Amino acid sequence: MSVWPTIALVALVTFAIKGVGPALLGDRPLPPAFTRVVLLLAPALLAALVITNAAADGTRVQIGADTAGVVIAGVLLLRGVGVLPVVVVAAVATALLRLAGLP
Amino acid sequence: MADRERLRAGLRVSPPYAAASLLLSFSFGAVATAAGVSPLAAVAMSAVVYAGSAQFASIGILAAGGGVGAAVGAAALMNSRFLPMGVALGPSLPGGRFRRALQGQAVVDSSWALALREDGTFDRWFLFGHSAPQYACWVLGTGLGVLTDRVDPQALGLDAVFPAFFLALLVAELRKGSRTSYGVALAGGALALALVPVVPVGVPVLVASGAALVGLRRRP
Repeated sequence: MSVWPTIALVALVTFAIKGVGPALLGDRPLPPAFTRVVLLLAPALLAALVITNAAADGTRVQIGADTAGVVIAGVLLLRGVGVLPVVVVAAVATALLRLAGLP
Repeated sequence: MADRERLRAGLRVSPPYAAASLLLSFSFGAVATAAGVSPLAAVAMSAVVYAGSAQFASIGILAAGGGVGAAVGAAALMNSRFLPMGVALGPSLPGGRFRRALQGQAVVDSSWALALREDGTFDRWFLFGHSAPQYACWVLGTGLGVLTDRVDPQALGLDAVFPAFFLALLVAELRKGSRTSYGVALAGGALALALVPVVPVGVPVLVASGAALVGLRRRP
């Protein structure tokens, strides 16, 4: 395995991707349309991250123990439970469901 | 003075996120070591890359026998969401191009989402304050994870930590957002799920961010 070259290249690529937006656009007022898009970017990205991590395994849609764990997390969050307990309960629920035979 | 207060405000809300980051990076350390990555390399990767999904993706590909190109490509796709996030953040950063690019490195998903103000600008000191403990925990957790290569992160349910963490951010975001943001979240999630079997890992999230373009219409 060529681990070290991979680490170096991934670090460079990550630096470039995180840096290119700020390098190109800086310190200026926002046009209203831009502001509206930015405000909607967060829900779009976060929902996509939740779905792809909870209901997919690589390029396969897979409903499993982790999906159930995240649904439980959602219920707790709506009831106002804090981030850390929610994350811990999600992990424990997932572990137990997996022990019970879910994928 | 005000800057320092914003920095402190970011630090104050960071502990639960930093703790979740510790769990995730612990899982990364264990997974990387189990995949045959040396402990030093795993910790070094967390220190210089600091982007969880990209790290998991690239190490996963190496472990499956993939080449450097495939591993780096997967990491780039995973990180592609930071492109629109960086474009959104840019106008809120002062200084020359290189200084702005450096400040952009502090972005992680949670600090970006929480530093976003209602007027579409970002509170950069809050972002730095929120990211710093997460970075420390990210490196520390990896260091702990590499010591325990016999632990199976799946058996501990650690794969649910990442999505549960993002769900917490999403719920916080929807609470402060408009009705449109619910629709956009649903559209983004559905779009990503539909694309999962069709395109490489990471691309569904990038494409889903396009749902935010409905904001280009006049009415918010």
